Amino acid sequence: MSVELRTGVFEPWRELADAPDGGLGAGAYGATCAFVGTMRDFNEGDAVSRMVLEHYPGMTERQLEAIVEEERAAHGLLAARVIHRVGPIEPGEPIVLVAVWAAHRREAFAGGRAIMEALKSRAPFWKHEQTSAGGRWVEHNTKG
Amino acid sequence: MQVTVKTFAHLRDRLGFAESAAEVPEDACVLDVWQSITDGSEMPRSVLAAVNLDYAAADTRVHDGDEVAFFPPVTGG
Repeated sequence: MSVELRTGVFEPWRELADAPDGGLGAGAYGATCAFVGTMRDFNEGDAVSRMVLEHYPGMTERQLEAIVEEERAAHGLLAARVIHRVGPIEPGEPIVLVAVWAAHRREAFAGGRAIMEALKSRAPFWKHEQTSAGGRWVEHNTKG
Repeated sequence: MQVTVKTFAHLRDRLGFAESAAEVPEDACVLDVWQSITDGSEMPRSVLAAVNLDYAAADTRVHDGDEVAFFPPVTGG
């Protein structure tokens, strides 16, 4: 299980290509599920040129680790990896990678989804976006 | 006793500080800390709180040296 915060651009598919087995070893798993969240250049009807992802150092990592451990146990995941950006971010850049490894597709799909939904509702991150009208805080998540 | 108070995102903008120390009574809870930094105002339902990096309810007791944080609903991912 691994949780990382990154201050610079990362390439989720390269991260997975470099470690496709989640550290498990060939043959130890039968399903891999990956989700990548990417920054849009629009939100709530406005063009967005840039964003800053604020977080709560210490608490963010702690909550992400708790979420991954809870969903690992709940869904029988064999491995999980979460990478999340913090700081300034531009449209088109990846914000988050959630990848999970399990014996079968049911656990992989459900566990990956559960980690992502828990992250959206519990991990302390806040988006401040820049539009042509100025800066504004994003006040709620879009429906999943 | 004294606790460290941290605030984030638009709540920090509204309260005007990111980190501060608050003096509260020995039997204080999270709500008391909120009231000590807001001149006694009610704690809005939308405000989330944490004590020592874990989510906490308004009636959670705090202790000397604790880190108490207040922030708006989270919007990561």
